[in-house]
Amino acid sequence: MTPYLKLDHVDKVFTRGKVSSEVLKDINLNLGKGEYVSIIGHSGCGKSTMLNIIAGLTRATIGGVILEDREVNSPGPDRAVVFQNHSLLPWLTVYQNVRLGVDKVFAKTKSRAERDEWTMHNLNLVQMTHAKDKRPSEISGGMKQRVGIARALAMEPKVLLLDEPFGALDALTRAHLQDSVMALHQKLGNTIVMITHDVDEAVLLSDRIVMMTNGPSATIGEVLDVPLPRPRQRLELASNPVYLDCRKRVLEFLYERHKFVEAA
Amino acid sequence: MNMQVIKTEPATALAKPPVASVALAPKQAPNYDKYIKAAKDAAARIIPPLIVFALLMVFWELLCRRAGSTLPPPSKVYQDTKELIFDPFFDRGGIDKGLFWHLSASLQRVAFGYSLAAVVGIALGTLVGQSVWAMRGLDPIFQVLRTIPPLAWLPLALAAFRDGQPSAIFVIFITSIWPIIINTAVGIRNIPQDYRNVAAVVQLNPLEFFWKVMLPSAAPYIFTGLRIGIGLSWLAIIAAEMLIGGVGIGFFIWDAWNSSHISEIILALFYVGIIGFVLDRMIAGLGKLVTHGTSVS
Ligand SMILES: Nc1ncnc2c1ncn2[C@@H]1O[C@H](COP(=O)(O)OP(=O)(O)O)[C@@H](O)[C@H]1O
Ligand SMILES: [Mg+2]
Repeated sequence: MTPYLKLDHVDKVFTRGKVSSEVLKDINLNLGKGEYVSIIGHSGCGKSTMLNIIAGLTRATIGGVILEDREVNSPGPDRAVVFQNHSLLPWLTVYQNVRLGVDKVFAKTKSRAERDEWTMHNLNLVQMTHAKDKRPSEISGGMKQRVGIARALAMEPKVLLLDEPFGALDALTRAHLQDSVMALHQKLGNTIVMITHDVDEAVLLSDRIVMMTNGPSATIGEVLDVPLPRPRQRLELASNPVYLDCRKRVLEFLYERHKFVEAA
Repeated sequence: MNMQVIKTEPATALAKPPVASVALAPKQAPNYDKYIKAAKDAAARIIPPLIVFALLMVFWELLCRRAGSTLPPPSKVYQDTKELIFDPFFDRGGIDKGLFWHLSASLQRVAFGYSLAAVVGIALGTLVGQSVWAMRGLDPIFQVLRTIPPLAWLPLALAAFRDGQPSAIFVIFITSIWPIIINTAVGIRNIPQDYRNVAAVVQLNPLEFFWKVMLPSAAPYIFTGLRIGIGLSWLAIIAAEMLIGGVGIGFFIWDAWNSSHISEIILALFYVGIIGFVLDRMIAGLGKLVTHGTSVS
């Protein structure tokens, strides 16, 4: 089976003047269609860099990204990103933020009325139609992130890229949004790559967990399958032995074998 | 004295409703409260400058009423310029026109020169802010050119255009464009990478990116530049008009000086100040309207 999304020998070296630092080294990863993969690793190891390379926002120094048998090296709506800090445009309303992408992606294929309907449909998926005319500054952090998700989903991406989407949220909002994303994944079958530093979140949501070694020259240390059936219920999983085992293995990787060494 | 009078008015208004109709009182009370608060706010803002203004007038009157004073006191200014104040629209041909015509001629020049400066300045500022090479090439030149005093451009403009009107407009343009360019460039450079990433993922083309992301994101900076620019324009036009002659408030002042009509100069200065203030507030208000919600991210 050929993979849907493939990272092929990706290296990333940042060069600033005479100083160059190798952030990522020899990243190889294959994703199947509809798969939910989490990337977990200590802060600063290069997770965002990796996601940005998939998104095309950063160019790999060596190697490349292949999506459906085609190399991709510039950003596009087929790899929509939900950014860590929502990145909604503050001068646009919730509706307009989502509509911006819809108008570009479906400029030729949908009529004006259809684009409006599609925008509302996606706001409805994340339960944000009630705030469609509000500006980002008028809604809560969790709501902003919902709108960010709607904006990305509305582009009908082949791959949805989430960069610590719930990192800035309080625990309750976070759990609520995780459930929403799980439900959306169940319903729409998107292929998802999510960065997280939360072990429970990774195990709960993913089919596979990609564990990164510490930087510099971070690479994939281990890939863990999460053989839990879907739909998953967070309450039932709390005592599920498979869940607990997965959780333990990720924790072991992060806190025993690849302990984060604070720079002195 | 003034303060006392104003303050007692809301107090009586407050006292009335419960007496007038008991049933309506609960509904109306918040409304009255609102009015009283608004009136108090307005009074707090308007009364202090009025008092200072009145004191200054009294001081000026006392200072200039003595025999041998070189400047007229306010009472004499008023008497001398009554005609100009109450009939700003007369037109006896040539430059013998009412103040309205002089002011509107000056404002028209400012409108032309400033609008041109706004469009060109925002465009150049965007270029300099967006492209490292444009900045390296243009910025040093801008830094030198912007220190040239406005009036120093006038002779060159007259030589080039051979006419006062376009020269005055050019002086406005060249005076007000620098703060617009520089502030726009700073605004463009400060567009968060996140917004650029969003635009890249959505694949906005450069024109869409300019209208939908760059302008709104840089708007607070741009309006800072526009506001400095309008102030400089108004400074420059008065000076330029003194030299080019014709209809315009600058030359009106110069002409009054030549005919020793000191009171007319004072009246004109009063108008110039008020209009400068209004222009500044207009741009500030427009900025507030346009950037509504932008600064909060
Ligand atoms: N544009 C850049 N230029 C230079 N170094 C960068 C750049 N972006 C990220 N880095 C460096 O790459 C490393 C990984 O960053 P990042 O991918 O953001 O980490 P993570 O998302 O895992 O916390 C960090 O050490 C960071 O300083
Ligand atoms: Mg990151």
